[in-house]
Amino acid sequence: MTDWLVGTITHVRTETPTGRSLTIAVDGWPGNLAGQHLDLRLTAPDGYQAVRSYSIASVGADPSVQLAVDKIPTGEVSPYLVDDVLPGDQLEVRGPLGRWFVWTPEDTRPIQLIAGGSGIVPLVAMARAHAASGSAVPFRLLYSVRSPQDRFFADEIAALESETFRVDLVYTRSTPEGWPTPAGRVTRDVIEALTLPASDAPGVFVCGPTGFVEAVARSLVDLGHEPQNVKTERFGGS
Amino acid sequence: MAVFSRGFGGRARESTPDLPPGQFLTEDFPVLSAGPTPEIDTAEWEFTIRTETGATHRWDWDQFRALPSELVATDIHCVTRWSKLGTSWRGVSLDTLFEEVDSSYDYVMAHSYGGYTTNLPLEDLLDGKAWIAYEFDGEDLDPEHGGPARLLVPHLYFWKSAKWVRGLVMMKDDEPGFWEQNGYHTYGDPWQEQRYW
Repeated sequence: MTDWLVGTITHVRTETPTGRSLTIAVDGWPGNLAGQHLDLRLTAPDGYQAVRSYSIASVGADPSVQLAVDKIPTGEVSPYLVDDVLPGDQLEVRGPLGRWFVWTPEDTRPIQLIAGGSGIVPLVAMARAHAASGSAVPFRLLYSVRSPQDRFFADEIAALESETFRVDLVYTRSTPEGWPTPAGRVTRDVIEALTLPASDAPGVFVCGPTGFVEAVARSLVDLGHEPQNVKTERFGGS
Repeated sequence: MAVFSRGFGGRARESTPDLPPGQFLTEDFPVLSAGPTPEIDTAEWEFTIRTETGATHRWDWDQFRALPSELVATDIHCVTRWSKLGTSWRGVSLDTLFEEVDSSYDYVMAHSYGGYTTNLPLEDLLDGKAWIAYEFDGEDLDPEHGGPARLLVPHLYFWKSAKWVRGLVMMKDDEPGFWEQNGYHTYGDPWQEQRYW
């Protein structure tokens, strides 16, 4: 297993009312595939340490990584990363980790991405990898957020839209003015209307809170997707 | 020497000798799984143990539930760094299930409905260390937590406690299961922080 590497925060950006993205320059970072995660370690002055896992929004050989963190008010690490950390601050990371929930350009299936909230993070890395590789396979993203201001990476995702990357947004609590459909959850009907059909045999990546992922994955199987084509990543707890 | 993170204080330090290194306590019961949750009807369910001779020991749901069960109070530790202390389960001890099983092999591959696999040494399943659990906190085990029945091997990281378990196959050698092929440690002792390879 690789050692802990020193990371220096180079950029922070407010993404949502409770979320922020962080860019971290990591000395010795070996690069990462789209969808991988890392362990992040904070050390207090008395030596106390806390470690959490975060998905990586960036992709490739660049020695800096981008994360996005949603604040869990009762959490120990996320409030620090969202409210306190500043460029120049140091922490440690280890990785990249995980070889299951990843997309590489060798995968020539059509790909459907389905994100709930900050579950967008590993999926935006896949969309970036798709764009960077020039892959011609169809990519599609269904992104569920509470309200327009809760979108992470809103500008980047809009900029990635192309002939081969279609984005559909679902608002669960409040929509932008003039939005054609009322706010509502990602139901089976929504999935049927706004994602690649099972007959295309797409690879499907689903990431979000447990309840969201459970419901989406169940709908996908109901709609005829083979369970082995559906990869899921869930987060929950503190 | 670790670098210090400016302004990070951490929580008030609790004395938690039951917490393995690098873990934090959660009151929730988060879920880690790789794909959709399979729907398993107990009318179709069965659990098998297969040995090197091809002999297959088989229990359907009613036979399985007729076996003596145990109440298990234990701590559980997930490789994603949450630990949950003092959880309560009911299940059938693997000692009970292995009573009639004759094998000279030392390793086991656990297989799940949905295709998941995980590898374990046989000795980690015996002597009161592992169960096939079907209740959590006095209720039927939820499908998202592995119901109707899951392996429970609480002294190892929780990915070893295969959800939706449907059988064990004896192996001569220690071969990697699903997460073990995807970057996770072959054994997974939380007290030694055997997370990744």
